[in-house]
Amino acid sequence: MMISDGTVIKIKDTSPPGHIRTPKYIRGKIGVVERCVGVFENPEQLAYALNANSYSLYRVRFKMTDLWSDYLKDSDDTLDAEVFEHWIEEI
Amino acid sequence: MPHDHHDHDHLSPSGHPYRQDNDEPLTYWQLMEISVRELMIEKGKFSAPEINQQIDLMDSRSPADGATVVARAWMDPDFKKRLLENGASAAEELDFEIGPMHLVVVENTPKIHNLIVCTLCSCYPRNLLGLPPDWYKTKEYRSRAVKEPRTVLTEFGVSLPESTVVRVHDSTADMRYLVLPLRPESTAEMSEVELRKLVSRDSMIGTGVIQEI
Amino acid sequence: MEKIKNPEQRWHDMGGFPAGQIDKAQHDFAIWEKRVDALLSLSTKKKLFTVDGLRRALEDMGADAFEKMTYYERWIAAINQNLIESGIYSIEELGNKMAEVKKRGETYGAAQEGKS
Repeated sequence: MMISDGTVIKIKDTSPPGHIRTPKYIRGKIGVVERCVGVFENPEQLAYALNANSYSLYRVRFKMTDLWSDYLKDSDDTLDAEVFEHWIEEI
Repeated sequence: MPHDHHDHDHLSPSGHPYRQDNDEPLTYWQLMEISVRELMIEKGKFSAPEINQQIDLMDSRSPADGATVVARAWMDPDFKKRLLENGASAAEELDFEIGPMHLVVVENTPKIHNLIVCTLCSCYPRNLLGLPPDWYKTKEYRSRAVKEPRTVLTEFGVSLPESTVVRVHDSTADMRYLVLPLRPESTAEMSEVELRKLVSRDSMIGTGVIQEI
Repeated sequence: MEKIKNPEQRWHDMGGFPAGQIDKAQHDFAIWEKRVDALLSLSTKKKLFTVDGLRRALEDMGADAFEKMTYYERWIAAINQNLIESGIYSIEELGNKMAEVKKRGETYGAAQEGKS
């Protein structure tokens, strides 16, 4: 799976226990792929000294007003976070 | 060159003596540090000089390194282009080792202000700025920078017009971030060496801006 | 007993948590803290464990440790956790070493003497 820049995507809304690098505040939120930054080993496996799968890592841009209901109204401010492909749902 | 002068008269990068910890009662965690270090040396995993060299390497890194990169980018449009495309390889042109972490440089413009945070831990562009300031690792900064960045910026003395777009970058995985601050218009005549001195640590994290002179 | 407010957002996943004013006080790092930092850098450089292993151990130490231990106290605890798990030394070896080091003196300076 290769997602091209500018694609509108959704972050999976799930919260399994353990070491996760997808912060809660972006889970279930809609964002836009800003760019793919390469392929990296999955931290969810590295954290437990397991052999890790390699996954594409994307910088995803969110509108602040989509993340926080009480954010400055009509603001164009954004939040970028790095998200691994297995946390991304195409919509 | 190995040496072992890491005692209490050694000066920190800020020019201050290290905290006088050597003469205070040994804590449990200090006892653990000594024990782990000695076990690792006995097991042949690390050598004592190697540990001192690693400390020297970290001590040698400071915001002056980031400032060197920024000043070059201000002076050399081609370098700036390469820096924004691939931060790590551009920084390596200036002999700064970025290591396994990748560097994303984000550019401030009159219309865009960037701010760096790590909400999950304390990821920081150590290779270009040295160790992070204490506030960068606090719950207060980590919690609020992504939700109310404008209020956080005000606390740091940065007031932006509402028309400026704020872009916050949460270092959640393998990227590290550096802000390329806006060059003050009044510095047009300054040399690259003079420019370096203007570039503050906070301006490269985004919690500061560089004032007109 | 205080209940965990929201198990879906773990304590370290702080983005958006309510929090007060940022304290900008700064301290210079003590030599023992720099040594902890160096132990981590060398461990990951030599692939003894990963920075994700460090973070996992820190996260599992819980919010209480974040409030009550300093940054590098948490780090040495998490580095040790990973090194024990990797099998490089055992808890027994560490215990013996800690007893030996403790006997050398009552200050950090005295206890670390002669070895580093």
